Amino acid sequence: MWTILAINSVTFGGLLFLLSAGFSLIFGLMRVPNLTHGSMFMLGGYIGGSLIATYHVPFWLAALLAAAAVAAFGGVIERFLLRRLAGSVLAQVLVTLGIAFIVSDFSLMVWGGDPLSVDAPRALAGGTRALGVFFPTYRIAVILIAVAIAAILWAMLDRTRLGAMIRAGVDDPEMARVVGIRVSRLFTIVFCLGAALAGFGGVMGAPILSVYPGLDFAMLPLALVVVILGGAGSLPGSLVGSIVIGFIYNFGLVMVPQLAYFILFLPMVLVLVLRPQGLFGRAAP
Amino acid sequence: MIARRALIGLAAVLLAAVPLWVPGNYDISVCSEILIYAIFALSVDLLIGFAGLVSLGHAGLFSLAGYTLAVCLGAGFGQPAAIALALAVTLAGTAVFAALSLRTTGVGFIMITLALGQIMWGLAYRWVGLTGGDNGISVASRPAPFGISLAVPSHFYEATLIVFAFAVFAYRVFIDSPFGASLRGTRDQPRRMSALGYNVWMIRFSAFMVSGLLAAIAGILFVFRAEFISPPTAALTASAEPVLMAISGGSGTILGPIVGAALVEIVKNIASAYITRWNMLLGATFVVIVMFMPEGLVPGTMRLMRRGFGPRPPAPAAAAAERKTPP
Repeated sequence: MWTILAINSVTFGGLLFLLSAGFSLIFGLMRVPNLTHGSMFMLGGYIGGSLIATYHVPFWLAALLAAAAVAAFGGVIERFLLRRLAGSVLAQVLVTLGIAFIVSDFSLMVWGGDPLSVDAPRALAGGTRALGVFFPTYRIAVILIAVAIAAILWAMLDRTRLGAMIRAGVDDPEMARVVGIRVSRLFTIVFCLGAALAGFGGVMGAPILSVYPGLDFAMLPLALVVVILGGAGSLPGSLVGSIVIGFIYNFGLVMVPQLAYFILFLPMVLVLVLRPQGLFGRAAP
Repeated sequence: MIARRALIGLAAVLLAAVPLWVPGNYDISVCSEILIYAIFALSVDLLIGFAGLVSLGHAGLFSLAGYTLAVCLGAGFGQPAAIALALAVTLAGTAVFAALSLRTTGVGFIMITLALGQIMWGLAYRWVGLTGGDNGISVASRPAPFGISLAVPSHFYEATLIVFAFAVFAYRVFIDSPFGASLRGTRDQPRRMSALGYNVWMIRFSAFMVSGLLAAIAGILFVFRAEFISPPTAALTASAEPVLMAISGGSGTILGPIVGAALVEIVKNIASAYITRWNMLLGATFVVIVMFMPEGLVPGTMRLMRRGFGPRPPAPAAAAAERKTPP
């Protein structure tokens, strides 16, 4: 039982990573906590789930289409709303919160109140038996995909020109502008990328969590806690934070189901007291 | 000044006479609700408008008071004991909220309060043994001070109005005091305040405690009015509503959050007759207010009345958030 619980924890950690990596990048670069991030996760799940269930689109194609749709949605928010409020962080936060409420109501209107359950792709259904333990194949696949995406993101940030520009923007946006980087275009790119990751994560998570009204505001605090834990703008921070929270949440659900949400509080308290910038965040100047 | 006093007196008379000129028990009950939410909005705006700290987790404190009251009453405590316990527990909870969220300011503060508020929601929803989970807790009785039964809507309204008047008066004294001035100082120039020898952290912490006390009072009144509490009271929307009230009415003023609370509650009650879902309207109002009327209704109207055509000063909350805070 412990093995399966550990696998579930890592899987959930992988989903959290897809959610929080984008959140952390957006926050690191734009200084805006994107409160629509949970909504993007849910929207991805709904769009992907509908494509699979109603239109019989293959799972992975549906996941990519959902990611693209959510990315476009993110782009619209960034271009037409956040950009007009540039410089006023509070206004930007409140606008993302307002949009999150609109999306949650809109989804309820379109997809109704019943949970939308999505089947895992047939090739990955069932389990694999190894070393006398039963491994659900789909969950293993989710872990591998999250690791692959983490590696790609890391390579993108660390090895490419775009990554270097993003890092420059995170470190010092004014100076990055001075040396000729179009920081506002980076904002759009990063926002769309973060939205796409969240939407993709929503589809990946659908066979495990199913998609239901309220998923958005259930996931959003998890992303916040991961980023508070790992440090804003830090990819390793998101990864470690996601896995820690994945373990605490899943073990909490089994061991103290009534307080599962509450014990997420503990690592956050520890980190805030001992290291307020987060495990991998840099100290404030 | 005299005109101002006369206006306040007129408003007091009108408010006190609500049971006479407002028809029907339902509408009187809505007026009680407006007063309760006005206290809650003032609580949130003490932090937004005067300390430059935006909390998105205040429903956690509001519902902590409400749940403590409901649980204590359910366990057979008397009304005074239950109210005292609700206040004490909420102040303790506020101290934890403040100690954690004041590790940062600006956006970090928003994120931590949001996470803490959601954790309170998680407790309300999941800790079924204590909170009844989704079913919530019903509270059978309202208190009867001096033998006057508050089960009558107009009596309950007058009692709420008395609490409200005390709260507004104390709020006024508080923000006009030297402490209030130092609080505004920490909002505008935290570094200078620190250099002048003020303990910025302690000032913010104290303001948070006062804010928590107001939220607790509102939460207690809320449970007595509704005679019921359930997890949506602690949800993120419930934290966002007082923020919207404060910002739409005019943050950093006393009248602003009160007007905002009245507007939001009236719109909510009218809208609920036509649409079943309030969230979309709430979200859209948020977007519209922030995009087009960032300074709020009350300062905007006062500016028009003063016929000031000078450059528009930024809203205190927006200005506070604009100051760069280390992430």
